[in-house]
Amino acid sequence: MRKREPRVILSFPATVDAMSMESYSAAHGVPGRLIPLPTAISAGCGMCWCAPITDREAVERAARDAGLRVSGVHEMML
Amino acid sequence: MIYLDNAATTLHKPPQVIEAVAEAMRSSGNPARGAHGSSLQASRTVYGARAKIAALFHCPRPDHVVFTSNVTEALNTAINGLIRPGDHVITTDLEHNSVLRPLYRLAAERDVALDFVPADRRGNLDYAMFSQLMRPNTRAIVCTHASNLTGNLVDLRQVSAAARAGGALLIVDAAQTAGCLPIDMEALGIDVLCFTGHKGLMGPQGTGGLCVRAGVEIAPLKVGGTGVQSYSPTQPAEYPTRLEAGTLNAHGIAGLSAAVDYLNEIGIPAIHEKETALMRRFLRGVRDIPGVTVYGDFSGDRAAIVALNIRDYDSGEVSDALAQDYGIATRPGAHCAPRMHRALGTEQQGAVRFSFSWYNTEAETDQAIRAVRELAEE
Repeated sequence: MRKREPRVILSFPATVDAMSMESYSAAHGVPGRLIPLPTAISAGCGMCWCAPITDREAVERAARDAGLRVSGVHEMML
Repeated sequence: MIYLDNAATTLHKPPQVIEAVAEAMRSSGNPARGAHGSSLQASRTVYGARAKIAALFHCPRPDHVVFTSNVTEALNTAINGLIRPGDHVITTDLEHNSVLRPLYRLAAERDVALDFVPADRRGNLDYAMFSQLMRPNTRAIVCTHASNLTGNLVDLRQVSAAARAGGALLIVDAAQTAGCLPIDMEALGIDVLCFTGHKGLMGPQGTGGLCVRAGVEIAPLKVGGTGVQSYSPTQPAEYPTRLEAGTLNAHGIAGLSAAVDYLNEIGIPAIHEKETALMRRFLRGVRDIPGVTVYGDFSGDRAAIVALNIRDYDSGEVSDALAQDYGIATRPGAHCAPRMHRALGTEQQGAVRFSFSWYNTEAETDQAIRAVRELAEE
């Protein structure tokens, strides 16, 4: 497996918010990418936004500025 | 073949629509069902289409654009998901069975009361009646934006004003106008706009949807897999997922997305101008032919539809003669609009509907005029 590093994870209640996060981040240079939702957050399926922990503030701000519905903000080793 | 049945579906699609569907079928995974490349590609396509549809219809939030398989499913979703037992609903004689049958079923099964704003012999509505029919328990006005039989437009500003004054929701069937006329659901005060992708929008069949004003809470028509909140026993509450159980038609939505790009490139006002110019050219050519009866009101803006009969000929026979002898595709019969036919007095004869699209030409229109003239002279 890959070496784990500290990450910030934003989870969303609907896929459309995750896709909106990706679109907004691409347009505004926000770091991160979409990944499958870790089971530690939810055993369900779905996707979330993952970025280095050092970018937490920028990622949370982007979600706010984009008007997204966010289910949770998590820090974990991934 | 000269295709003049565009109110049923547009036959000629922009080439980029066909290519977009083919490319999606070659490369798209299941949208919202994973984060690998092909699934993400499908999710991006669907998200892009939501954003384009939202912009096209002035729906403030892309996440309130819900995809369905057609406008009938969209209307069923809105009607069944908003109207409760004991509610009252106002609708019109202009409606298609996609509105009428869901409402008739609610009247039979949920004790929903219905009132109809009648159409006159030219297919027009008396707008004062919307307010007159309003009751304290009126939940919604459900009405078309344009008759699929006559092409008459409904003045949604007047209907919307009545709905607002009465505290009712406005659900609009835009089957005949989406892609053909500019629609601004915010400016028009529309709460739920239902559209199909395969007519004026020139996308693939199997696409459609509804745009929902924020704050309008529609109960799901169907529930099931969503790709999110999988351990919840209930359907997620968030739009659009709450109304999108099961795998979306991402291949078709890719085509619809390309179609919207094409429409934006040309501009819907330009499309409307060309389509209505062809319709009026046809009207001028046929309306004074002895034995021809044209239905509808042509005094103002309208959809590019002309419905007519020749003498007392069966409309099916006329349409068949047009197809077999002239290679012209039209639609005869009842057009799933029983109340409109009763209002026009054409319940027995039906009517022959000619409907025009961006891809039709003046030469085709003139051939259709000559065909009607020859059939009327027989």
